[in-house]
Amino acid sequence: MEEKKVLSVENLSVDFATDQGTVYAVRGVTMDVREGEILGIVGESGSGKSVTMYSVMGLLAENGTIAGGKVYLGDKEITESAFAGRKEYEKAMEKIRGNEMAMIFQDPMTFLNPTLTIGTQLREPILNHSSMTRAQADERAIELLRKVGIPSPEKRMRQYPFELSGGMRQRVIIAMALANDPKVIIADEPTTALDVTIQAQVLDLIKELSKQSGSAVIMITHDLGVVASLCDRINIMYGGKIVETGTDKEIFYEPNHPYTQGLLNCINNPEDDDRELRPIPGSPPDLLKPPAGCPFVDRCDKAMRICKLRMPEYTRFSDTHESACWLNESRKRKGAE
Amino acid sequence: MEDREVIVKVEHLKTYFDVSRGLFGAKQVVKAVDDVSFEIYKGETFGLVGESGCGKSTLGRTIVKIYEPTAGTIEIGGQDITHLKKSEMKRFRKNVQLIFQDPYASLNPRMTIGEIIREPMDIHGIYGTKAEREERVVELLKIVGLKPDHIRRYPHEFSGGQRQRISIARTLALNPEFIVCDEPISALDVSIQAQIVNLLGQIQQDMGISYLFIAHDLSMVKHISHRIGVMYLGHIVEVGESHALYTTPLHPYSQALLAAVPIPDPVVGKSKKRIILEGELPSPLDPPAGCPFCTRCPYATERCKKERPELKPFGDRLAACFKVEEEYPKG
Repeated sequence: MEEKKVLSVENLSVDFATDQGTVYAVRGVTMDVREGEILGIVGESGSGKSVTMYSVMGLLAENGTIAGGKVYLGDKEITESAFAGRKEYEKAMEKIRGNEMAMIFQDPMTFLNPTLTIGTQLREPILNHSSMTRAQADERAIELLRKVGIPSPEKRMRQYPFELSGGMRQRVIIAMALANDPKVIIADEPTTALDVTIQAQVLDLIKELSKQSGSAVIMITHDLGVVASLCDRINIMYGGKIVETGTDKEIFYEPNHPYTQGLLNCINNPEDDDRELRPIPGSPPDLLKPPAGCPFVDRCDKAMRICKLRMPEYTRFSDTHESACWLNESRKRKGAE
Repeated sequence: MEDREVIVKVEHLKTYFDVSRGLFGAKQVVKAVDDVSFEIYKGETFGLVGESGCGKSTLGRTIVKIYEPTAGTIEIGGQDITHLKKSEMKRFRKNVQLIFQDPYASLNPRMTIGEIIREPMDIHGIYGTKAEREERVVELLKIVGLKPDHIRRYPHEFSGGQRQRISIARTLALNPEFIVCDEPISALDVSIQAQIVNLLGQIQQDMGISYLFIAHDLSMVKHISHRIGVMYLGHIVEVGESHALYTTPLHPYSQALLAAVPIPDPVVGKSKKRIILEGELPSPLDPPAGCPFCTRCPYATERCKKERPELKPFGDRLAACFKVEEEYPKG
């Protein structure tokens, strides 16, 4: 069964101009997400996972530019080059953000305006994207708060963010994201700032809501535990590239890329009897001078000469599972002999 | 366990903060640590887990006397340090060190790596000459996996993981017996966390240092700790050997906390049964009179609301819960 692609990214590259030179943060990323699916994007800081999604939303910082590639929302291209100019693009994106695509951020306190009530802030995305009256918008806001499990929503509408706990604030953000039944929700480390018991509640909520509404969810995270318990499909990013993509089971049970394998070896599974942690030596590449070959080459214990020189192509293992590693090429050749 | 040397012994420790407002405002006290007792053995890692605001960092900092305890006693290496004078503190500090969470904030950006690591030796005047101290710096750099030629570089030239290695080298400079690790890996990337955890483990094996390991990442704490204490609202509610505590938590709060840990395995992780806790952490300004957990506990009775359960032994476990007291003998 082929579900409809709701968002696709083709060969996207993003650069940042900095004092030290150009940072090549995202280098040719291709991916898509389908209706009702929860997609995880896993990577360490600087891997390009957040930048990819911020550029999709048209929310890049001033010094960032999309150097190449295309983004499609359904069949509609939403890259700046598809519009007559910057102004038209901004205008179109304003209509899309908070409506067809919504975002959930890591820190609810910096996202919410401390001087406005929850009601005012929740009404805003509803009124901006519909022709509802204020009273109708209020009704919708209360319904949303109830949907995300906030007790006595009528009272909460009149409260300020500081009167709510961290978990409750994150629920408000989720309610705002849901306001216009978006096709895609992008969640950037939505539970990192929360305690484990609250994190569990918020993850359950995201899962439940995606099942109910059919919205696709893109979950950006570094936490493999979160990914395993929530996501259907996973992209592993490293050094501005997707090095492996697959279903949850393919990534966790049949990891192909040495980086994916390395990541899984350096976390502890408390259910598994204590195995030794095998850390990945070294640290991630400097994207001011991105490597010509595989970005993982300097930390890979299986690295060969070719790895330093050229980026490998993706090898396909199934309809869903792909990985970019030269080892697969040499395995293929051995198989052919 | 009885014959093992106790390095740290904390008894009935309380750390209260006065948060009264204004001159005539009502007296208000936050009981950040409230009547906590535990021991740490030589060469052992004691993990301390709990959610934000439970008092785990305050407890760690009170033990090394960054905060003054309100009541109770702290013994380190057989010496009661609860009421040491400032002049006596210096000698004590040599034995006890602290590793902080943020390796970006905890290193002075204007000092070279060599100076940073040498500073504690200069202050305490150990090793006769500067040359000997320099030699020791090089040795420490090797222990933590950095290169001798890093000595003249500045912190900004290093990544987060390398900076945490520098902090570790500095804490080792005085050969301490006991190190408080306050969330030492939570600011680091996943692939770097394992490097630091393994380094701390290696150092413990080689030097027999005891750690108090404070963290909110429960899977890493389980990996590194021999025993674990679970904190809630200023109290330790359960203490046990780390594997046993994870497999069969006794206290209802430990059960809920461990059930919430996301498991990095898609089949187990997606089918895991969670215990959803009702409500929020009560304000430490106005904690419940009885069991600290009674407002959210699914098993709370009238007794739990009025009386506070004490930490009592059940086998080789300690737990503070009336339900456990009633049910334990029956298994």
